[in-house]
Amino acid sequence: MIENADQIFVILLHWLVGLVPEPWRPWLSYLLIIAAIMGVFGGLFAAATIAERKILGRIQNRYGPNRIKMFGIKTFGLIQPIADGIKMLIKEDIVPHAADKVVHYLAPIVLTTPIWMTFAVLPMGRNMTALDMDAGILFYFAMGSATELAVFMAGWSSHNKYSLLGSMRAIAQMISYEVPLVLSTIPVLMLAGTLSLTRVVDAQGGYLLGGFIPHWFILTPWGFAGCIIFLLAAMAESNRSPFDLPEGESEIIAGYLTEYSGFKYALFFLGEYVGMLAVSAMLVTLFLGGWHAPMKALEFIPSWIWFFGKTICVILLYIWSRATFPRIRLDQLLTFSWKFLVPLALANLVVAAVWHFTNGWATPLWASVRWLLCLFLIAVPFVLLGRSLDNKKQSPRLYHYAE
Amino acid sequence: MSAPLLHYVIFSTLLFCIGFAGAVTRRNAILVLIGIELMLNAANLNFIIFWRYGVAPEVLTGVVATIFSIAIAAAEAAVGLALVIAIYKHRKTMQVEKFDTLKG
Amino acid sequence: MPNNIAFYILAALTLCSAIAAMALRNMVHCALCAAGAFAGIALVFLHLDAEFAGLAQILVYVGAVAILVLFAVLLTRGEEIKANIRRASRSWFSGVCASALVFAGIIVPIAYSPGLKHTPAATASAPVQKLGESFVNEYVLPLEVLGLLLTAALLGAVVIAMQDKKEETKSISQPENHPVQKEAVQ
Repeated sequence: MIENADQIFVILLHWLVGLVPEPWRPWLSYLLIIAAIMGVFGGLFAAATIAERKILGRIQNRYGPNRIKMFGIKTFGLIQPIADGIKMLIKEDIVPHAADKVVHYLAPIVLTTPIWMTFAVLPMGRNMTALDMDAGILFYFAMGSATELAVFMAGWSSHNKYSLLGSMRAIAQMISYEVPLVLSTIPVLMLAGTLSLTRVVDAQGGYLLGGFIPHWFILTPWGFAGCIIFLLAAMAESNRSPFDLPEGESEIIAGYLTEYSGFKYALFFLGEYVGMLAVSAMLVTLFLGGWHAPMKALEFIPSWIWFFGKTICVILLYIWSRATFPRIRLDQLLTFSWKFLVPLALANLVVAAVWHFTNGWATPLWASVRWLLCLFLIAVPFVLLGRSLDNKKQSPRLYHYAE
Repeated sequence: MSAPLLHYVIFSTLLFCIGFAGAVTRRNAILVLIGIELMLNAANLNFIIFWRYGVAPEVLTGVVATIFSIAIAAAEAAVGLALVIAIYKHRKTMQVEKFDTLKG
Repeated sequence: MPNNIAFYILAALTLCSAIAAMALRNMVHCALCAAGAFAGIALVFLHLDAEFAGLAQILVYVGAVAILVLFAVLLTRGEEIKANIRRASRSWFSGVCASALVFAGIIVPIAYSPGLKHTPAATASAPVQKLGESFVNEYVLPLEVLGLLLTAALLGAVVIAMQDKKEETKSISQPENHPVQKEAVQ
């Protein structure tokens, strides 16, 4: 019974696919999986938008949207996404006269398509990966890097200097943060021994100390550092606050989104949030144990509930950090990536290697020595790098006037 | 995978020839570089085709050569474009026919 | 049968993108079509069961080289604003003939070679584990040389593209030249 609840979607898929004759079976199976992924993550996208607005509102000591009523019933703003969707759909689609029409049209499509494709390799439950590729993580990062082209297309085709400037900044940011993003996942690949995401999750199964502490990678020194680096780099990759300089309203109107309205803007918006969902799901898969339960006693809860629960927790962390931190300036952003996160990610690699080769130190004394050694090896570069980037002396103010 | 080998080779050779024609014909230096990249890609495609259709696909030499080629092509594109930008700053033109200071 | 159609459609799209990349007038369109051609080639890699190579192609070419080309196009756009610049050199026809000869010279020997009669293996796979093992066992020397080459390319590209900036920043940061800057600094 518990097993059935865990595998209910797999059983449902097999039953539905069994209803059609043989040649159509793979096609129907793919179609059902695609429809399920788009439905579930589309629903999560809508929930994330309203959750963000309400939580941001509450943190800022105000209510979020709360006026929407359906058939006269007060809904406390929870069906606001429906109103947002209708608004976006009926808005006029304005394309500037001098804009490059073909590229302007294609940019939102080129943005959202690879982001939806990244969900194909994520293991959403036991036996619930859409496509178990041998090089799953590489697929994920390849799709992530294909979105940069769309940002350029959007900024350039709008024929607007603010759009171009915003898209150049966005591309610089995305390229800079791709390096620590990939570097922070390399220790995971090293210690799981595979690029396939289902096997990375399998490597995090099992429990220590009689079923109380799971084998998740975040509970190791390199995993903790790697998780934080991944989290920051992912925040910057999806242009989330505090890294949202390319699209901040007080900075550059709306950056590369300035000339988009109506459904195309909705697609960009969708792309950003779904990208955030994808990268949260990746964080959960790589560091937080995927669909595994945290304690052996809690294994009766189905695996997909654990996966989506953990993903939602990471999204709440993103929303919380948006409400809390001020926006980072562009040069601070790039310095942070190249001079802090990349050396720290490289130090993390060394720590992971040390951890791997001291695997035999199992007695309590040696295990604590191992922990302390690895923590020391990651904490010292962290402190030193932080101190070195702190510029206490202010250079004299220079004013450059336009000539 | 069921298409015959000759069709794959025709595809990669066509790509190579398109890149070659563009590289020797267009006047803008960046387009010459794009043509060179297309030629490199066609060669990589040949490596993979002959690895797949070859005698021993369990020996991964074709794939390894392709990965090395991709990395080297990326490095070469970076340096080539940096050179083109440096020449542009000097000569203020992008047409390859005007890069003739060493002539005569 | 489905496998065949996928390849032919991909091949047609890639060839159209490649021709567009070499023939269009607008430089940014050329670069974007080139990115499309790279993506098409990556899909053909995936079709031929070379998973790692195809995904590396997308990551490197579409994600990095295409953006590099676009940045270079934007940084060198000063002369497009001027009058009509002819796209192709005066002897473009001989270039096309030369490429047609190259095509014939490659295809004809292959079409007549006995290697075409060899039946391919039904399935082939390039598992990442085996690739990694061959990188560090057989091909470790090329791997290390590649690391050196990439480092050299990184440093070289930065140095080449950076040279003029040193003189520019020197002249901007000297406030003695401009009278308004002088009183602003005080």
